[in-house]
Amino acid sequence: MQSLTNRKKVVGKKEMTWVEKLYLPAIFGGMRITLKHMFSKKTTISYPEQTREFSQIYRGMHVLKRDEKGAERCTACGLCAVACPAEAITMVAAERKKGEENLYREEKYAAVYEINMLRCIFCGDCEDACPKESIFLTDRIVPSDLERSEFIYGKDKLVETLENPIDISKRQTPEVLEFKKNKKLTHNR
Amino acid sequence: MFTPELIFKIVLIVSIFAVTLVIAMYSTYGERKIAAFMQDRLGPNRAGIFGILQPLADGVKMFMKEELIPDISNKVLFILGPCLAMTTALMTSAIIPWGSTINIGGTDFSLQITDLNIGVLYVFAVTSIGVYGIMIGGWASNNKYSLLGALRASSQMISYEIAMGLAIIALIMSTGTLSLKEISAAQAGFHWNIFVQPLGFLIFIICSFAETNRAPFDLPECETELIGGYHTEYSSMKLGFYLFAEYINMFIASAVISTLYFGGYNFPFMNDMGLSSNAIAILGVVFLFAKIFFFIFFFMWIRWTIPRFRYDQLMRLGWTVLIPLAIFNILLTGAIIFATNN
Repeated sequence: MQSLTNRKKVVGKKEMTWVEKLYLPAIFGGMRITLKHMFSKKTTISYPEQTREFSQIYRGMHVLKRDEKGAERCTACGLCAVACPAEAITMVAAERKKGEENLYREEKYAAVYEINMLRCIFCGDCEDACPKESIFLTDRIVPSDLERSEFIYGKDKLVETLENPIDISKRQTPEVLEFKKNKKLTHNR
Repeated sequence: MFTPELIFKIVLIVSIFAVTLVIAMYSTYGERKIAAFMQDRLGPNRAGIFGILQPLADGVKMFMKEELIPDISNKVLFILGPCLAMTTALMTSAIIPWGSTINIGGTDFSLQITDLNIGVLYVFAVTSIGVYGIMIGGWASNNKYSLLGALRASSQMISYEIAMGLAIIALIMSTGTLSLKEISAAQAGFHWNIFVQPLGFLIFIICSFAETNRAPFDLPECETELIGGYHTEYSSMKLGFYLFAEYINMFIASAVISTLYFGGYNFPFMNDMGLSSNAIAILGVVFLFAKIFFFIFFFMWIRWTIPRFRYDQLMRLGWTVLIPLAIFNILLTGAIIFATNN
């Protein structure tokens, strides 16, 4: 059949010439290449000191956000746990008492909120499912550890502190940001 | 009893022993660094500055590992294997002339532990015994991979020793002596044997790769086919001994190559610079070690460049290429000697 692309190549075992049979020129050629690589730029990133630049929408360790007044946004509805394909999220809900309004935004809150980082596949479905804009994935990396039990992150590790809030504005699409400007919706009040 | 001569020899033996071990230790570090650099990586750089303490960390790791002796192994031979490998690896350093003579308080001391008049033969004898360490270890493990590795090692060593010996015969014909000291001395200045015996050198260096079980001839321990080859069943410091012996062998092979073909402790214009004989001797040691380090680097360079041979290719190269080539080299050397003498 006629070749349409003109890229066809006949491969086969062709007889080696005498110089090729000596192998030495080929060996020296190879040695030249390896020597050249010895002085070329190294691709290693020495991790803790040096970090790779992340994408703005990198999906790393989760954060549980607080609202502008510093109250936890999570209402323990459990939608993230339901959405989670890896069954990594568990929580225990509790009712807000009088005087705790500055701590919890809604009447119900998560007394315990745990994500098993070994189960988590960092898909971001919890973020999608959350109606309260509480859980977000950030560009932080879950650090390594020696014990499996250390990878079950509770609220102590997940909830952002008041002193150093985690910026997640880059993670929100323009549509979401537009939606949030509409103060008529209860969601945004 | 303790004559200055004896004290000097003891100091020399101890220092050569220490230097050999330290160089072998840092060869492991060098190997990993060079491998990394050639693959565009950084290599070990966490233990100490530039990872300089890595060999110590490896050593501590080796000692701390659990020591396993398989139930079905032959225990005496199992322990004897690595001991033999290590001992024979260290033995050759006795006859390498590490420098010319050094003058302390009016007496001349030779920087060579002992000058055997059959030096080259001694090197061969010791490297031949070296295969016993591998053979015994591989056989005593009672493991098919170990045994296959050991068989490969022995047949490979026997095959390549012939070509190596024939290459050396041509060298001996042109130098007229078996003593390494005299071979070194004859290469004073820049009269290195490499210019007299280029073909012999090529055969010799290929065979040394095979004798030290280094890539591309590392078939006795090829991981992809034989797990670990002859040391599959070994653990802890016994394994460390085998791996360490390989690096010592590499160091010694580099020293032998430098001595036989690259002038040993000689360096160009050594007698024209008007230095005292002691300064020349010390500079000579420095130059010898520079040559040795280059060859160690060369061994590693080859290892990280060329893939492993297939076993039949290895045998074909040994028997049908190197041995005829070595015999041709002998004939050529003989013809040239005959022509120049007439």
